[in-house]
Amino acid sequence: MSIAHDIQSNRLLDTEIDNNFSDMTPPLTDKQVLVASERCLFCYDAPCIDACPTDIDIPLFIRKINTGNVHGAAKEILSANILGGSCARVCPTETLCEQACVRNTCEEAPVEIGRLQRYAVDRLDRSLPYPFTRESDTGKHIAIIGAGPAGLACAHQLARNGHQVTIYEAAAKSGGLNEYGIALYKLVDDYTQKEIEFVLEIGGIEIKYGQALGRDISLKQLRDQHDAVFIGIGMSNVNALNIPGEELAGVEDAVAYIRDLRQESSLANLPVGRRVIVIGAGMTAIDIAVQSKKLGAEQVTIVYRRAQSAMGASLHEQELALKNGVNFVCNAQPTQILGDDSGITTMEFNRTELDESGKLIATDEIISLECDVVFKAIGQKFSSSPLGSDDKPTLDHRGRISVNENYQTSLSDVFAGGDCINGNDLVVEAVDHGNKAALAIHHQL
Amino acid sequence: MKKNANLACEFIGIKSINPFWLASAPPTDKAYNVIRAFEAGWGGVVWKTLGEDPAPINVSSRYGVHYGQNRQVLGFNNIELITDRSLQINLDEITQVKKDWPDRVIIVSLMVPCEEEAWKNILPGVEATGADGIELNFGCPHGMPERGMGAAVGQVPEYIEMVTRWCKQYCSLPVIVKLTPNITDVRKPAEAAWRGGADAVSLINTINSITSVNLETMSPEPSVDGKGTHGGYCGSSVKPIALSMVSEIARHPETSTLPISGIGGISNWRDAAEFISLGASNVQVCTAAMLYGFKIIDDLCDGLSDWMEKKGYNNISDFSRMAIPNTTDWKHLNMNYKRIAYINQDACIGCGRCFAACEDTSHQSILKTGDADNRKYTIIEEECVGCNLCEITCPEPNAIVMKDIDTGLPHLSWLHHPANPYREEP
Repeated sequence: MSIAHDIQSNRLLDTEIDNNFSDMTPPLTDKQVLVASERCLFCYDAPCIDACPTDIDIPLFIRKINTGNVHGAAKEILSANILGGSCARVCPTETLCEQACVRNTCEEAPVEIGRLQRYAVDRLDRSLPYPFTRESDTGKHIAIIGAGPAGLACAHQLARNGHQVTIYEAAAKSGGLNEYGIALYKLVDDYTQKEIEFVLEIGGIEIKYGQALGRDISLKQLRDQHDAVFIGIGMSNVNALNIPGEELAGVEDAVAYIRDLRQESSLANLPVGRRVIVIGAGMTAIDIAVQSKKLGAEQVTIVYRRAQSAMGASLHEQELALKNGVNFVCNAQPTQILGDDSGITTMEFNRTELDESGKLIATDEIISLECDVVFKAIGQKFSSSPLGSDDKPTLDHRGRISVNENYQTSLSDVFAGGDCINGNDLVVEAVDHGNKAALAIHHQL
Repeated sequence: MKKNANLACEFIGIKSINPFWLASAPPTDKAYNVIRAFEAGWGGVVWKTLGEDPAPINVSSRYGVHYGQNRQVLGFNNIELITDRSLQINLDEITQVKKDWPDRVIIVSLMVPCEEEAWKNILPGVEATGADGIELNFGCPHGMPERGMGAAVGQVPEYIEMVTRWCKQYCSLPVIVKLTPNITDVRKPAEAAWRGGADAVSLINTINSITSVNLETMSPEPSVDGKGTHGGYCGSSVKPIALSMVSEIARHPETSTLPISGIGGISNWRDAAEFISLGASNVQVCTAAMLYGFKIIDDLCDGLSDWMEKKGYNNISDFSRMAIPNTTDWKHLNMNYKRIAYINQDACIGCGRCFAACEDTSHQSILKTGDADNRKYTIIEEECVGCNLCEITCPEPNAIVMKDIDTGLPHLSWLHHPANPYREEP
């Protein structure tokens, strides 16, 4: 007999939870760094640089580490990517720089670029002056909407160029995805806030909290009051399953749950289902599945409508889930969630297959999985309503803000970057957008 | 059949079970170490240099290192002096060890002041130990030269000749003269040893060096209470220098029949084979043992023996000096020879190191094509001078190979080259 609606707190002891949520990839030791950095071949026109959205000169910073110039390595990283510390921790390096590493070819083991980057940034010598200086005040004032990775990178670059920046942030804390969306074990010890303190040290950046676009401030107002505006508001809506039972208690939005988890001071307090189903195939699906396991869920199953090979999450992420005891059910398309007012008991799926033309079709076969909680992790959507009705930037065919190669929107003084234009969910891409938009704004002003 | 039987050899009349001796240095300082070495399988030792009593005193902090990128030891130096134990203790131990290990070679290294009486006094006691020979330490570059010994003698050919002659006069044992590399032309001291009647030379001793400077204290390493001095450099990074010096003596008409015991950065069997091919009859090892312990003798013997068997060499002398006829002066090299690099695309990993090297520092002979996902490097054959730099920088063993090009032209040396204004007519 299954126990229906088994959702409770304190499934594990605090000590167990602390252990489960400790740093997933601990820092390299000095000796490991010596070995890892020596493996870098100092490639010419290195493929890893191409693979990094922020074009960090990876061979150069690794060489600097190897020669003992670790502070120089950190400066090299941060000058290309001011959030190089968090990127080192959260980037899916296995699909970016490390995938491009030439050491994969014969040795099937790339240089550990991400971990080396973390080593360097963590050792920026704070007894030396702040590594960036502001140019003389330009008298220009730029508004940035959203203190996420894109907005912070943009703000830092603009501040370096001598502009005044005000960031309008809807939440109570800055950091965006880094603060509210990244799995806890990837960014421990309140790293996001420490990193933002470092970003703001450049000076000339003010952050106003609790200022949501479309609620507390309007785009028109900001355009009137500033010389340029950068929008980096991410995606606020979550895709729906659109199946019966979705409204029942126990059906949760993964993004919202992770957000709560990231802000919870005592993780044992979080309600955790005994049997958890995660619908989705991306990084968020992996994150919520693994974190559910780490909180003490007995059975966690990721269900995906296509084959496992089509999953958006990298193999590395999938392995992480498997290692944490998460099950995968693939080729299963949600049809309904069963339950009552007190909660849910079962989720049903149709087995899918590919037809002759390669199109995914549902078969008659029904798969039924018992559950207490269902997490939806099937992607987020950009909501354009905060942009207002008149004089708003043009949207692209996916409904996101449309920009040109300079990250400029259809409004010449309004720029945008991060997930609200792209939606790849990558911190490092958001930083790249912020950097490039800042340079374009600087040139324009 | 005895293991590695093909390694048994004879050097200036001294029989050894293999050509590997431990050089005169800390590993051969006392009976305990030497017995451990013999147990491990070393063919012989050159006992750490004996001198007159009172024995010198060593400082604390004796070795300095030159590291590679990953803490691998490229070489290190030392500022140790000769044995810091009394002469009699050493002589007693040598006598006992030789008695217990009759099939192993013990050579006694010696360094006393450059006076006939000093040599005359020490030699009988050494001979009485039953040791197989003596090695004259004319090479030690640190400390001892300040006292008029070691390299201070080795740098003056007349002294070498004189002391060698004394040793031959007052002792019936074979005499090996150990040469210092800290001179301009190593053939001169070798000639002097030959004139003095030496049975053999051994080389190289260590090289004058400062391995590093501590940038915090501004003291050279190894630092002794904040001050440093030059020491003797050794290890695999000195091997190329040693090989060249060995070959110089082996090629030199005045010394070409002088037996050589090769020393200098020998770390594995291949190094040993190279020294032997360039003129050494046996080899002495020190640094590799100091880094890894005596157990490396197993690979030294095994590797060399197997290689010899594969090549059909029945004993060491079969390939000794085989590379000498191919070692010549620049002026005799074939100007019409041509080789160019070839990049094996299947083995290339696309690191572009060859391109950076050739484009920035050589002859711009590599073409870079393709896009970010598929970089391709190819040789521009017309531009390639066959310098080998790309092959050297390539991290993949088989990705770049140098290929001989048949120019169809006859051998033409600089001596006869039309561009040489002083050419000799054939």
